[in-house]
Amino acid sequence: MKSFFSLVVGLFLLSTSAWAQEVSPDALIKKVTEDVLTIVRQDKDIQNGNTKKAIDLVEAKVLPHFDFQHMTALAMGKDWNKATPEQKKRLSEEFKTLLVRTYSNALTGYRDQMVRYKPSKMQYGDTEVLVRTEILKPGNKPIALDYALEKEADGWKIFDVIVAGVSLVTNYRDTFNQEVRANGIDGLVKMLVTKNNQMDPGKK
Amino acid sequence: MKIQMRKHLVSAAFAGVILSGLGGCATTESNPNDPFESFNRAMLAVNDGIDVVVKPVAQGYDAAAPLPVKAGIGNFFGNLWDVLTAVNNLLQGKGGQGFSDIGRVLINSTIGIGGVFDVASEMGLEKHTEDFGQTMGVWGIDEGPFFMWPLIGPRTTRDTFGWAVDSYMDPVWHVDNIALRNSMVGVRYIDLRATLLQTDKVVEQAAIDRYIYIRDAYLQNRRSEIRDGADNVDCKMSRCY
Repeated sequence: MKSFFSLVVGLFLLSTSAWAQEVSPDALIKKVTEDVLTIVRQDKDIQNGNTKKAIDLVEAKVLPHFDFQHMTALAMGKDWNKATPEQKKRLSEEFKTLLVRTYSNALTGYRDQMVRYKPSKMQYGDTEVLVRTEILKPGNKPIALDYALEKEADGWKIFDVIVAGVSLVTNYRDTFNQEVRANGIDGLVKMLVTKNNQMDPGKK
Repeated sequence: MKIQMRKHLVSAAFAGVILSGLGGCATTESNPNDPFESFNRAMLAVNDGIDVVVKPVAQGYDAAAPLPVKAGIGNFFGNLWDVLTAVNNLLQGKGGQGFSDIGRVLINSTIGIGGVFDVASEMGLEKHTEDFGQTMGVWGIDEGPFFMWPLIGPRTTRDTFGWAVDSYMDPVWHVDNIALRNSMVGVRYIDLRATLLQTDKVVEQAAIDRYIYIRDAYLQNRRSEIRDGADNVDCKMSRCY
C-alpha cells in the first residue's frame, strides 16, 4: 500500500515537471489568462481601480512568463546594441516597471468580457509563435489580444503583447529612438526613470 | 439639406488642406513619416482643451446611465453603422461578411427593436467594423501623412477622405429633423467618448510622449484593421517590427 502511494506521488511529480517543461504556448497563455481572470472576477478592489493590488497579481502570476530583456531589445530596435550590459540591465528593469503598470492598469478595466482562444498555427520545431486570443463583449467587435512567445531554456516566454494590432512594445520604438538620438542611452534610462517616478502608484 | 451638408464638407476639407499647408511650414521634422507633427501636436492640445468639457459629460453619462441603457445606445448606433460596414465589406470583395452584416441589420432592426438589442450577435452573426478608409486601404491607396484633427482626432490623409465619405453616407446625418439629428450626433459622440475613458487611463500610464504614443497606436491599429487582423505576411515574428 505504501509503495503504491509513493508510486502515485512519484508519477504525479513526474507528470507535473514534464508538463512544466513541455507546456505548449497555447496552454500557457490559457492557463495564465484564466488564473488571472478568476482572481480579478472576485476582487472588487481591482475592479474599482486599485492598481497596486493589480500589480501584485501581475507580478505573481504573469511576470515569470515574460522576457523583459527581449521586450526592451524589441522596443529599442537597433539602438539596443549600443547599450553596455549594465545599461541593458537598467533599461530592462525600468521598462519592466512601466509595462507591468500598464498591463495592471488595463486589468482594472476588466468587467465581464469573455476570452476566446484561437488555435495557433505552430509547426514542430518553431521557436517563435503568436498565440491569438479575442476579448468578447456582446454588441462589440471582438478585440484581438495576441501574445508573441519565444522558446527559451526554461519554457516559452512572452516578448510582445499586441492589442487590436497595436504592439505594447514596439509602440515605444519612435519615442526611444528619438531620445537615444538626442541624449544617448543614458538619456533613455533617465527618461524611463522619470516616467516611472511620476506614475508611482505608491505616491498617489 | 443634403446640398448644404455637401457644402459644409467641402469647406471643411478646404480648411483642412489650408491648415495642413500652414502646419507644414512650421514643422521641425523629427519623423520623416509625420511631416505635420508640429501642427498635429497643436491640434492635440486643442482637443485636450475641448475634452475639458466633453470628458466630464462622458464621465457623468458613464456613471449615471445603467449598463443596459448604455448597451442599448451603443447597439442602436452600432446597428446604423453596420449598414456602412456591410457596404464597405462588399466594396472590399468580402461578400460573405457583407451579407452577414446585411443580415445583422435586418435582424437587429426588427427583432432587436430598432437596433437596441444586438440579437444577431447572439445568433452567431459576428459584428465587424469597416469604413471607407479601410476600403481604400484594401484597394491599395497609400495612407499618406498623418493628421490630428480637432474633434475627430487622429486620421491619416486617406482616412480623412474616408471619414468625409463615411459622414456623407452616415444615416444619422440624413435625419431630416435637425433638432433630432443634432441630439443623435451629440449622444453618439458622448457615448463614443465614454467608451474611451478606460483607454485614456491606460494611455496616461503607458505613454512617455503622449502624442507619439497615440499616433503610432492609431497607425498600427489601422494597418491591422485593413489586414482584418491577419498576420503581416511580409515578415516573420521578431523581424516583423
